[in-house]
Amino acid sequence: MRQYRLTGDMVFRGINGFLLVLCGTATLFPFLYVLAVSLSPMEQVMRGGLILWPEKFTWDSYSMIFSNSHFMQALWMTISITVVGTITNLALTVLMAYPLSKTRLKGRRIILFLVLFTMLFSGGMIPGYLVMKWLGLLNSFWSVIMPGAISAFNLIILKNFFQGIPEALEESARIDGCSHFGVLLKIVLPLSMPALATFTLFYAVGHWNQFFQSIMYVTNSSLWPIQVILRQMIIEGSTEEYQAAIANESIQVIPMTIKMAAIVVATVPILLVYPFLQKHFAKGVLLGSVKG
Amino acid sequence: MNQPSLLSRPELARGVRRRSSWKDWELYMMLIPGALFFILFRYFPMWGIIISFQDYNPFGGIWKSEWVGLQHFVALLQYDGFWRIFRNSIVLSMLNLIFFFPMPIIIALMLNEVRKRAFKNTIQSIIYMPHFISWVVVAGITYLLLGTQGGIVNEFVVKAGGEPINFLTSNEWFRTLIVSQSIWKEAGWGTIIFLAALSGVDPQLYEAAVVDGANRWRQIWHITLPAIRSTILIMLILRLGHILDNGFEQIFLMLSATTYEVGDVFETYVYREGLVGGNYSYTTAVGLFKSVIGLIMVVAANRLAKRFGEEGVY
Repeated sequence: MRQYRLTGDMVFRGINGFLLVLCGTATLFPFLYVLAVSLSPMEQVMRGGLILWPEKFTWDSYSMIFSNSHFMQALWMTISITVVGTITNLALTVLMAYPLSKTRLKGRRIILFLVLFTMLFSGGMIPGYLVMKWLGLLNSFWSVIMPGAISAFNLIILKNFFQGIPEALEESARIDGCSHFGVLLKIVLPLSMPALATFTLFYAVGHWNQFFQSIMYVTNSSLWPIQVILRQMIIEGSTEEYQAAIANESIQVIPMTIKMAAIVVATVPILLVYPFLQKHFAKGVLLGSVKG
Repeated sequence: MNQPSLLSRPELARGVRRRSSWKDWELYMMLIPGALFFILFRYFPMWGIIISFQDYNPFGGIWKSEWVGLQHFVALLQYDGFWRIFRNSIVLSMLNLIFFFPMPIIIALMLNEVRKRAFKNTIQSIIYMPHFISWVVVAGITYLLLGTQGGIVNEFVVKAGGEPINFLTSNEWFRTLIVSQSIWKEAGWGTIIFLAALSGVDPQLYEAAVVDGANRWRQIWHITLPAIRSTILIMLILRLGHILDNGFEQIFLMLSATTYEVGDVFETYVYREGLVGGNYSYTTAVGLFKSVIGLIMVVAANRLAKRFGEEGVY
């Protein structure tokens, strides 16, 4: 009797679990396949077929990539953009969010409205480009950092977070003679660490993955980040440079594995910070609503 | 706002107030860098929209260019290619609405039925991950898997006795690829907001339903779905508000000259004609057309949400 009652439920759960495992597998498969091929010896890749495990771990594609000066230049560029960009983002967002969290500030409502409005309407691609040109930022390191220096969405979320900090804490420091900047630095920021960690991660991932701004504002190839190089290699299919290097050396590599290895190199840093991201992002997504 | 315990003594309150009103200048100083950012990089471009009413001359700049009134807008509406990008943009959004939109809801409902925490967490960790991968990597993997030379999918197609399929350059496959990529990359991430809504459901409701003899489906239908109804509605309205936004990066990366017929959308068209082609004024008009419709759609969508008794998003 009891067994029969359980069966329907077990079938339901079984199918549900199976479908979820399927979702997970479909998500993971491309990663694992790319990783496996990038580490496989040439003969195995040439033979074709589904590769899920390298016959012999081969690092030739990686040594090929890491010895290519263009690729390394782009990697260095991406790292610089990520570090400098994230610091800029955080400094500007915090500096603007703090005064806006003070409800007594005159003009606060109009500023918030103007910030919110930029989320609904923009000048568009061409005027944005012309402004960058007018500012003399085209083809500069800052051209990929400045146009996105503050995310209006993050700004408002951080402002809401600051508003949630008890005013009494700040008032007491003010009475003790602390400046606003001092209060921000010594009291508000230490209390906002979880929120700041979230923003740091999100801004940093955004910079690492950034492609659009480089395509728009940068034509100087020495300033290109890794994403632009990846596109060149895979989608436009230009690996001649690497193959020329292959001809000179005894290493045997084919374009396919070089491309896969490049994908792995561009993705691994994201996967490394992923556990930290994961700890924070649910909070990040749900931190307060977007309200002035 | 009031801090009676600290500021109850009148002389103290007066002192603090006088000092703080002077010291508020510091707060305004802090606003300056951010304000400059918004003025330079958000409001200057809006002002730059006026070049869509001019014949922009790169050497004369905005002050010396000739005014041409609505000429570019008229040209726009008469141009066949314009209706092509308009159609493509809406078709892609609608396809996403039909095939992508339900996915996060379905997956969230499935995850909600899982009792083993470890299993649920593992699946969640895996399906959130692609959200953090760049579109270049996603497009790159797509090219490597589906390419006609060495792509594993076509290898299987050939082994099964078929002809290699031109996934990447054919008009028939373009939209399918775009929607599939979106689902692979963002459907898992999209579950977060629904799972959050689901976590607020009182478990007692389910217990009561079981006592009343409700099976799994009835529990889902009468308890789970109503709990996320308002979230679904808000997300749906938001999507409708962004019906002309197709995401530049994804489409730009997947588009090739052979697929313009089905894949060219506002962003890619403006990039190609404007930035690459140098038709600044005309493409600014195209962009303005899109931005204005977008603004109207978002505001209307928000009104609609409020009419349905929801809080609204903005």
